[in-house]
Amino acid sequence: MRGKFSGLQKEAIHLYRNSLRIAYKKPIENQSHFFKYIHDEFDKNKSISRKDFTTIEYLIRVGNKKLESFSRSEVKDIH
Amino acid sequence: MFLNLQKNLLSTGRRAFSTTAKMATKQHEPRFKTFKIYRWNPDKPTEKPRLQSYKVDLDDCGPMVLDALLKIKNEQDSTLTLRRSCREGICGSCAMNIGGRNTLACICKIDQDNSKELKVYPLPHMYVVKDLVPDLTHFYKQYKSIQPFLQRKTFPADGKENLQSIADRKKLDGLYECILCACCSTSCPSYWWNQEEYLGPAVLMQAYRWLIDSRDQASHKRKEMLQNSMSLYRCHTIMNCTKTCPKGLNPGKAIAEIKKSLAFD
Repeated sequence: MRGKFSGLQKEAIHLYRNSLRIAYKKPIENQSHFFKYIHDEFDKNKSISRKDFTTIEYLIRVGNKKLESFSRSEVKDIH
Repeated sequence: MFLNLQKNLLSTGRRAFSTTAKMATKQHEPRFKTFKIYRWNPDKPTEKPRLQSYKVDLDDCGPMVLDALLKIKNEQDSTLTLRRSCREGICGSCAMNIGGRNTLACICKIDQDNSKELKVYPLPHMYVVKDLVPDLTHFYKQYKSIQPFLQRKTFPADGKENLQSIADRKKLDGLYECILCACCSTSCPSYWWNQEEYLGPAVLMQAYRWLIDSRDQASHKRKEMLQNSMSLYRCHTIMNCTKTCPKGLNPGKAIAEIKKSLAFD
């Protein structure tokens, strides 16, 4: 199975899975809001060409930054 | 001058009107200079960054690059994004790459030769937030990591100021004036390649500022933090920092002084 994904693809998957992990740590009644937000954010950029590396790198960077701020325990809900 | 012309207009006849009007248009031929400005919009990440040209009449614009940028923003394209605040070189907000040189837009004069165009980019090798705005988060994090505040265990018995001799205070001249505009750090090739670990000239100069402060008692700890191959020793005395500093400071020398003091540890 080695080499199935490129580095960039792995990064994107990591970001997605880390986001879900954070969502599971939020209060149960709000978790669905987080899932919806995560899916919407990823869906928004579904159409980007897989060869558009600079854009994908940028989006992953921004995503990681957002994840960092949302993972703080003070953040309880999301719209 | 213009007022005088108008007075003439009012007092003299019709013939005079046509001649003065001609004179006026001749004297006020606009001197358009082209500004090529880096544009990139994060809301449309698939679009590549581009240079956009703007024409500005130099006779109708302040002398500094910041004046021209604000004029463009006010009159031609309000979507142009840049940081600015003090407009006199004391806040360091408007640091950008102007004509290939990192400097503050507010204290950089426009070259009055309007046959040449002027290129304006954000600070090199930094992530761009939008147009001319770089992401300085990491730079500020590095500054935080050197603990830029007074650290001491004992305080004066009278509970007042920590006094310092005039000679000791003099040592801080040329260091404390730094406004952290990041012009020097982003002009350093070594910082470009090792941004994650190398602290960069601006932060190292502040590290030195706290090392030689006679009131600070944590210098041993501060030196220990720098004692590794990356934080300090990625400086190869390229001296771009000193060349570009808009405040005329010398970060290169400060780094050399740190190296000297670490060598005897």
